[in-house]
Amino acid sequence: MAPAVVLEGIQKSFGKLEVLSGIDLEVEEHEVLCLIGASGSGKSTLLRCVNLLEPVDSGRIVIHGEDVTAREVDVNEVRRRIGIVFQAFNLFPHMSVLKNVTLGPRKALRVPRRDAEERATELLTRFGLADKRDEYPDRLSGGQQQRVAIVRALAMEPDIMLLDEVTSALDPALVGEVLSVIRDLAQSGMTMLIATHEMGFARETADRVCFLDQGRILEQGTPDRIFTEPVQPRTQEFLRRIIEAGRM
Amino acid sequence: MFTVLALVIVTAPGWDDFRKSFLNTHLWWSSFPDIARGFLVNIRVFCISEVLILILALGIAILRSLPGPVFFPIRALAIVYTDVFRGLPTIMVVYILAFGIPALQLTDASWYRSQTYWSIIALTLVYSAYVAEVYRAGIQSVHPSQEAAARSLGLSRWQALRHVVLPQAVRRVVPPLLNDFIGLQKDTALLSIVGPVEAFRQAQIAESANFNFSVYVPASLLFLALTIPLARLTDYLIERDRRRFLASGGV
Ligand SMILES: Nc1ncnc2c1ncn2[C@@H]1O[C@H](COP(=O)(O)OP(=O)(O)OP(=O)(O)O)[C@@H](O)[C@H]1O
Ligand SMILES: [Mg+2]
Repeated sequence: MAPAVVLEGIQKSFGKLEVLSGIDLEVEEHEVLCLIGASGSGKSTLLRCVNLLEPVDSGRIVIHGEDVTAREVDVNEVRRRIGIVFQAFNLFPHMSVLKNVTLGPRKALRVPRRDAEERATELLTRFGLADKRDEYPDRLSGGQQQRVAIVRALAMEPDIMLLDEVTSALDPALVGEVLSVIRDLAQSGMTMLIATHEMGFARETADRVCFLDQGRILEQGTPDRIFTEPVQPRTQEFLRRIIEAGRM
Repeated sequence: MFTVLALVIVTAPGWDDFRKSFLNTHLWWSSFPDIARGFLVNIRVFCISEVLILILALGIAILRSLPGPVFFPIRALAIVYTDVFRGLPTIMVVYILAFGIPALQLTDASWYRSQTYWSIIALTLVYSAYVAEVYRAGIQSVHPSQEAAARSLGLSRWQALRHVVLPQAVRRVVPPLLNDFIGLQKDTALLSIVGPVEAFRQAQIAESANFNFSVYVPASLLFLALTIPLARLTDYLIERDRRRFLASGGV
């Protein structure tokens, strides 16, 4: 079976700044892959490239055997199969929770409204948000908002989920509830690419950890190997700083 | 303060003349029905142009917000449009359309010769240029991450605009839109110069029949009766938005 995601020589610049300098990466079906690396190393950009929110300058992205960087590809169709959750939630403030969750299925997948609402209610219930169905995002806590954002992405029934530092904007007390949702997803076999600063979480949940440095994957391996015996000096340096900052 | 002002006015040398020619209450009442009937024309013109403006301006604003080099010619056209119609005095556009186009005698149809019709088009063209800019400011005030979130769900560019960006944009620009409509309401009086018998024109007719300016008082009051509530509504909406913003923890 083809891997869920294959990246081949992905390059991406913003003006003169080269953010991704040739990324090669394969993510297997049901694999949970964590991207770690310093701020500005290109983690967010990489995730945004995978679901085509950012066009790549060169390289190929192959999703389940289909080259989605080819010209004739329908980007909307590709995005429907890939869920992304952002650091800043990005919920639609003018819509209730239910509307936020049903917008994608109804407009992009043309699911009838009642079916979409039924399915959304199921998902919201599963993630402990049933009573927030009719609230507006600004009335929810950060943790609740981020869980709604996860449900919104899941409502599209994606094959792959991209999570971009989904807990960094949260109050420390609210991080746990969101991480436990992601753990559940991992257990249910969802293929996930996760950019994170939560090293403890990466260590226990990831199947594989990639260390991103200046737009390259400098080192990768099982969490145990990366966190206990990193080979590259820059990885060692990065992890030492994290430990010093008390974040692991 | 007001007493002083009032004293200055009533002791002015021309006060008696002024009172005769502006404050003839009998004329206020006798001219009122005709002027009010004329005012219905203003209201009709106002309502029709307002609907047309809201639609045309939205179209222009959307064209101007199209991204990327492919759409450059369309964006350029939209820019030329707004520049031209914001630059021309409204009265000139009304003149050109209401006199110029019928003079070309392209058809005999009654709508073609109707100055009211062309005045509505003129007001629509001019005001759409302003209102398009208001819409555009609204569209730009919606953070790009909102569109990214919508597109990431697989919505097309148009769907993202329609369901996510525009609803937020329009909500934010309701007060400035109302402001423009107060201006439009007043500018319906421009119809008088090209013929249609609206309130101001009706007042002019009554004025020359009576050699008295008092007739402009009821006409003014009718305009105020419509613009003042609009102004208060605008204030109310601005204040409500401000309170909401504070309540949601904005700074
Ligand atoms: N739209 C953009 N335009 C210009 N530069 C950008 C843009 N997006 C990202 N960058 C730049 O690209 C570089 C990588 O950014 P990116 O957000 O991918 O890093 P990151 O690894 O996610 O960092 P963080 O951990 O802080 O989220 C940064 O230097 C950033 O300033
Ligand atoms: Mg980032």
